[in-house]
Formats: sequence, C-alpha cells, structure tokens
Amino acid sequence: MSKINELFNSKISAINVGIEFFKDDILKQNATAAHLEWKPPGGGKPELIAALDKLENAELLEKIEAANKLAVERIVNSQPILIGFDQAINCVPGMTKTTILHSGPPITWDRMNGAMKGAVTGAIVFEGLAKDLEEAAAVAASGQITFAPCHEHNCVGSMAGVTSASMFMHIVENKTYGNIAYTNLSEQMSKILRMGANDETVIARLNWMRDVLGPMLRDAMKLSNGIDLRLMLAQALHMGDECHNRNNAGTSLLIQALTPFILETNFTTEQKREVFDFVASSDYFSGPTWMALCKCALDAAHGIENSTIVTTMARNGVEFGIRVSGMAGNTWFTGPAQKVVGPMFAGYKPEDSGLDIGDSAITETYGIGGFAMAAAPAIVALVGGTVDEALGFSTKMKEITTTENPNVTIPLLNFSGIATGIDARNVIQTGILPVINTAIAHKDAGIGMIGAGITYPPMEAFEKALLALSEKMN
Amino acid sequence: MSTKVVIKQSTYFDSVSLMSLSTKANQIEGVEQAVVAMGTEMNKEVLRNVGLITPELEEAKTSDLMIVVKAATDELCESAFVAIEELFKKKSAPAGSSEIKYATIDSAAKSIPEANLAVISVNGAYAAREARKALENDLHVMLFSDNVSIEDEIALKQFAHEKGLLLMGPDCGTAILGNVALCFGNAVRKGSIGIVGASGTGSQEVSVRIHDFGGGITQLIGTGGRDLSEQVGGIMMLDGMKALDEDDATKVIVLISKPPATSVEKKVLAQIKQCKKPVVVYFIGGTEESVVAAGGHFAKTSKEAALKAVVLAGADESTINKRALNIPLVEEVRAKLTPEQKYIRGLFCGGTLCDEAMYIAMEKFDNVYSNIQKNADYQLKDLHVSQEHTFLDLGDDDFTNGKPHPMIDPSTRIVRFLQEAKDPSVGVIVMDFILGFGSHEDPVGVMLPAIIEAKQWAEKEGRHLEILGYVLGTDLDNPKMEDQVNKLMDAGVTIASSSTNAGLLSREFVVKGA
Repeated sequence: MSKINELFNSKISAINVGIEFFKDDILKQNATAAHLEWKPPGGGKPELIAALDKLENAELLEKIEAANKLAVERIVNSQPILIGFDQAINCVPGMTKTTILHSGPPITWDRMNGAMKGAVTGAIVFEGLAKDLEEAAAVAASGQITFAPCHEHNCVGSMAGVTSASMFMHIVENKTYGNIAYTNLSEQMSKILRMGANDETVIARLNWMRDVLGPMLRDAMKLSNGIDLRLMLAQALHMGDECHNRNNAGTSLLIQALTPFILETNFTTEQKREVFDFVASSDYFSGPTWMALCKCALDAAHGIENSTIVTTMARNGVEFGIRVSGMAGNTWFTGPAQKVVGPMFAGYKPEDSGLDIGDSAITETYGIGGFAMAAAPAIVALVGGTVDEALGFSTKMKEITTTENPNVTIPLLNFSGIATGIDARNVIQTGILPVINTAIAHKDAGIGMIGAGITYPPMEAFEKALLALSEKMN
Repeated sequence: MSTKVVIKQSTYFDSVSLMSLSTKANQIEGVEQAVVAMGTEMNKEVLRNVGLITPELEEAKTSDLMIVVKAATDELCESAFVAIEELFKKKSAPAGSSEIKYATIDSAAKSIPEANLAVISVNGAYAAREARKALENDLHVMLFSDNVSIEDEIALKQFAHEKGLLLMGPDCGTAILGNVALCFGNAVRKGSIGIVGASGTGSQEVSVRIHDFGGGITQLIGTGGRDLSEQVGGIMMLDGMKALDEDDATKVIVLISKPPATSVEKKVLAQIKQCKKPVVVYFIGGTEESVVAAGGHFAKTSKEAALKAVVLAGADESTINKRALNIPLVEEVRAKLTPEQKYIRGLFCGGTLCDEAMYIAMEKFDNVYSNIQKNADYQLKDLHVSQEHTFLDLGDDDFTNGKPHPMIDPSTRIVRFLQEAKDPSVGVIVMDFILGFGSHEDPVGVMLPAIIEAKQWAEKEGRHLEILGYVLGTDLDNPKMEDQVNKLMDAGVTIASSSTNAGLLSREFVVKGA
C-alpha cells in the first residue's frame, strides 16, 4: 500500500507549525495534534538560513552527523579522574611567574570589567609582583603580565577565573583519552578574589590556601589512587545537586572521599580542623571540581573535523565566547556578555550587577548546571522558578543537544541522561539558547558576589560559529 | 498624548494570534492606537505610516515582539500595557500544562512516532524549509502558507512524489483526511466520494453540496492553486487521483480546479482514462468535449459536480432534493428593481465562489469586472471603485496584504459593502458567508449591523436594495448553519442554496426586459 493510502487508513496525528488554532480544530475532531513552539530559524536572518540549508546538503550532512557522533561519544565516554593537586607553576602548561589566566575568551587589561580587574590586581599583590593594589594596576597595564584565557591552558576558572603561578590547582586526568584539565581551588563565599574582591582578608585567605589547604590536599591525594569524578557527579545529581549552583551533595561526597587521606597527612590537627571548617563554610567547595571534570571531557571532544558540537562556553564579563569542535584550536566566537537575572543579596539592586562572567558555563556545555535543573528542585527558587519550570528547562535543552549521557541521569525525568552535546545548528534552527544558572558578581572591583540567577549566551556567538562552519565545510 | 514602546527580544508569536491580540488591545479603554506585532519590515512600515515608529523600533528584529501604545495620558498608557500583558497571559493559559512542547519538526517527529502529517502555516519565507523537514521525516504535508516560490513548490512536490507522500499546497486552504478537516474545512458526512481540488473554497463548496445531497466524503485533498500550472505539472493532483483510485472506500473521484495549463490537462485526462473509478471533472469555465473524450464526467458548475458524484456513487437521483432555482423569486426581485438598478456587485471571501459567480454572469454579460479577471480589459481600473458588474475576491493578495484573510476576519468587507449599498446603479449585492473549521465563528453576525443599516438607507431613499447571501456550510458545522441563515433572512437578505445558485440568482435578478 502506498504511503498516501496508508494515511487514508490511519488516525490523523498532526504536527502543527504556525497558526495555533489549526491544532485546536484538529483536536475538536478527535484526532491528535502537537503544536510546535516554533521560531523562525536563525531569527529569520537569510544568511543563517542559507548556512543551515548548506549544512543540510546530503553529503555534508553525513560528514557532520558522523563527526558529531564521534564528538558526543568522546564526551560521554570520558572518565575524568581527580589525580592530584599542585601549584599552577608546577603543572599548568605554559604557566610562568608573570602569567595571569582569566575566564572567558581573550581580553586585554584595559577592556576587563570591574570584577576581573579587582581579581587581577589582587592576584598581582598575592604573587608579590606589586606592593599594593594601586601599584598592581600599574603593573597590569605595563605589559609585564601575560594575560591568557584559562581555556587556552587546559584550565577553567570560576567567575573572573584569575589564576596565577602559586595557586593550587585540581589536576583531573581523562582516563579514557589521556588529556588533563586543571582548575584552582574554591575560595568559598562570598567576598573572594574570583568575584573581584581583593582586600587584605582576601589576600590572607589566598596565602592560607597556598600554605595550608593546597599542600594538604596535594599530600592527601598522593595517598589516593585517584577519585572517579564522573561516578561522584552521577551520585551528586541523584542527591539533588545540579553541580553549578547547588553543590551540597557533591561537596559532601568529595570531602568524604578526601578525609581519610587528609587525616594521614603530616599537618597538625589544628590545621586539619581549619581545612574541614573551611570546607564546611560553603557548599561551593566542589564547584570547581565539577568544572574541571567537564573541561576534561569536553577537551577530548574538541577539534573533530566537521563537528558542530559546542565544546566551550565561557565569559569574561565583557564577552561571551564559544568554541566548536569542528574549529580546532582556539577559535572563539563571541558576542556581548548578558545580564544575569535572579535574586540578589539584600541591599543590592540589579543595576549593581556585573555582566555574566566565568568559565563555569563549562558545566552547561557538559549537560549539568542549568541543563540539569530538574535534578535540583531545591534551588529552583534561587533561579526564580517552579519545579515544573526546572523540569521544562532540562527537557527543552534536549531540543539543542545531540544525545543523552547514560552515565549521569536525572531521577525526576525517569532517569533519562543529561542533555549532552550542544549542536550549534540546533541553536540556530530553534532559537533556543542554552540556559545557564550562575552567580552574580558586583560590577565594581573589590566587592564580590551579590546574587545568583539565570542567563543565556548571546545568539550572536552561535550565529558566527555557524557561518564559520558553513564557510569552512565543502 | 503619550506613547510607550516595549520590545521583547526573541519572543515569537504567529501573526494571526498577534493580529487578534492587537485588535483586542485597540479596544482597551483609553487606547488611541495599539500595535502588537513582530518586528518585520512590513510591520515597521505600518508603524511608520501611523507615525509611531521610533529609532528603537527601527532596530527591532523579525524575531522581536514590538508593543506600541498611544494613549491620551501616561496613566492610560501604563494601564493599557497592564491590560495587554493580561491578554498574553490569557493566551498562554495552560491548555494542559503538562503538555510537552517541541521546537522543531525533527524533534516532534522523533518523539511522536505515530505522527503522520505536518500542518504548516508559518510565514512563506520559512515555510518551504519546514515542509522539507517534514517530508524528510516521512510526514505528509499540508502547506497552508502562501508566498512560497514556484521553484520551492516544484522541488517540494518532486521530493514528496519520490517519497510517496502528499504535499498539499502551498496556499492550500482545505483538506479532509480520514474525516478530519484541516485548516479551512467543513464537517461533512463520511462517504464514498474522494475529492482532489486545486481551488480551496471550490473544494469546500463541492464537499458541502455532496453532504447536502445525502452523499459523503472519503478524502479531500487540496493541492494548492498552482498545482495544475505548466511548471508544477499537476504532480499532486495526479498522485492524489492515483491514491483515491486505489482506495477501497472511494467509489467516485471529483476533480476541481480553475482551467489547467494545456499540457497538464492532457496528463490529467490521460490519467482519467487509466482510472478504474468514475471521475467527475469540474474545471471552472472549462469545456465538455475533452473531458468526455477521456471518459470523464463533465460538470459545468460546482453543484452539478456534487450531484453527478452523488449519483455515480449510487444515490437514486429521483430522491435527491436538487434545490432547483426559484423562478418565482427571480420574477419577484426583478419587479422590485428600477431600470437603473442593473449591476451585480459580488463581495466574496471565497475565491472560487467569486470565480464561479463571475463565470455565470459572463455567460450573459460582457461588462463583468473583477480583481481576478484573466482578461486584462476587464480587470478593475481602481480596486476601490466598482465598474458595472463587479466581482471582488476579497481574499486575494490585492486586499489582504498584511491583513487576515476575510474568512478569518470578514469585517474587512463592511466598508466596501456600505459603499456598494449607496450606489443607485446596483441591482444586487451578493455575498458569501463561509462556516466551518478555520473560519470566523459568526460571519453573519459580523455583517449584520451593516446590512440592517444599508437596508434602512435604501428604504429612506425609496429604493429596493437586494442583498443575496450564500452560507457555505453543513448542518454539522459550527456555528449552526440554520441560525446563520435565519439571521440573514430576518434582516431581509435573500438566501441562495449553493454557490452555483448564488451566481445564477444574482445574474437573473438583473436581467432586464426578459
């Protein structure tokens, strides 16, 4: 029987795109219809539609699908293991005493926002490259400092992401593919360097982290065979974390794994007590750990010819940058960093907010954070929503991703895997942007965190990426 | 005077919803002018024209929602905005809040394996792409959108043909599949007659006439108006005929179109010869010989097409109420008209209904003008001024341009109706009122105040104003056919029982000296 004759003999099940009452009319006649939440592809821009059309050419499509399949396989199969802690100068590729890494795509000192400038000057003082903040600003502007994105040194950095030579780093090795990712330690909350604060209390904490916390963790991990972070992440999601803004469970699991080794290190009980108190002071302690996990998995998927999978989303407070797998190396596609909308600490108003900042959107790139909101109903209030909305976010993200990661699942969504492998084509096609939940730093240097909320990347970054991919492929 | 502008970035609503919302917004108390529209070039042009454009609005993108309110005071402006937000909320009120929403045809098709059809009514600039996606997902397509290029139409139909799928449209208003009407369609009995139609309201008309004559429909496939053009070559009509010929439930096939291109007509006729089942052909203004030579059954009018189909399907002709023309009525109306009242003015929402009435008038009159006349000599010089016998297809691009189709919003006809009603040379104004899915919920109610007003004027002037109405619908349609007809009759409107009779009656009313 021909397909048309099959249709004659089937119950109508329609997909309705456009005028909504056509769906209602179909439903009235006891047939089924689903109405699409449709937007003009590419926001209706002809050049983007042309690029989408080009990439749908059968031959290219086959190449892209194969490349993307490989890319998401690498993300899913990556097994990031925490293997140690050490100072950046000892482990981070290309690190020097005068290098300062920052979050997001490349940016020069003069263009940095308040929070990042605050963090940079604080780090210069911390490294002893200047005696005070005023001199530090002069040093930063002098050209003596090498600025570079964390991402370009196998690192990620939360918020300002400022990472200097003496800071202790997580070292996370991809057991499957061998690559290594790094990130520095949580300073906990909230008046901290990464948020742009830089007074004596901030520097004193950094000194303590360099002299006590970091070495203790380093020594502890020397006694360990490595901690399987993906396994721990999967547990944390089942315990109500989304591992970007909520890390209560993950931090408990991590410190639980570290504690036996910490106890065996040669530090005093008092120092160990300080460390445990410090960890307990904020559930954010494991936040950077998950970022390093995500970075480790996504780096393994970067640089696959013809792949349209997004491997990086990162912001420097001025620009939001993405990288896609098919554009190897450090090709950034950028657009303006956006406002973060959400509840603020008492006394602060939305106009005090700095724009979206930090490499932490690597979590959403991997499929947790905003993408896994459904796992963390406890914090939907923090991002101003309901549980239904949280479920909606996680489901909606599947419109722009390629697969689900069976290793990391969400109980409330029938244990379906996290949405994995953002496809730049899908973002342009649907007009759906990745949702990111994140902290808000004050716009001025020296103040710190003032709230948290949700934000989105600028569409422009994805538009540029799609056009570049379409130009490159033939 | 105060004006307030809000632009919501990347907030998409379809134009029909926005137009309906815009209309309601303009009714909010204190609002001088309200525009709620997407930031398309056309909508910005509208804002320029009404002097509401701002630099900010000039920057709006097609994916941005523009809300502009002009009111006497700032307070009124603010309260209007609150009211507009309420209107949006009403729209988004949960129809089933747990319902999963998909963003693309791909993801919907993947998640709904039983899906078999896509109904596409997005802006023509994006429609072809969506239709292609649907075909790629093995979905049949009802492409309601207009402004799809002929090149895209050909490519889509060839693709559909290769995959063995239906691509109905573009600019396809109607279909009935498995007793489910899509877009514009009427509730008709299930039966044994299959229709393939390249004219939307023509197909609707034949389906309701079949229902009225006691018959029923298996499938109604709308092919889109250009299917029988030289370029498209009748791909979908031929595929539709073949499928109906193979469909066990279908006993008779009816084809409806404006006259096809010669080469395409040949193909269609050749396929009629191949058909195992009787084929009734109603090609508006077409000729009998070639159809008969091909073994088809020629119908000169929509009514004849329905009647022949019903009889071929096995009905006993003697038992059918054929709704013969009411000759005494014609005499009665002629007697009421003065010698000066000699012209027909047709104001139609349905294009094929306009076409049929016009062809019927042309059999007796030469001076028949229209916006859809093929002969350039008889195209209206000024669309806004009628000449002698004038038939207007108000659903044509000439009149819709950015406005909703008159089947959705028949109020666009009121101004023109009042203009015709004042013209002392007018003998009869003929209008269609189309019921059914997709159409306005009360098309008669929309016109009624104007009809009553016009009748009163004419009475004051001591002349008879003859208004002929045709309600296209069935007893199963919503609103009730009977209620619509009664409302017209109560207002003194003469009722025609079919599109064909509407054409014949209007013509006969103004024949002089017979």
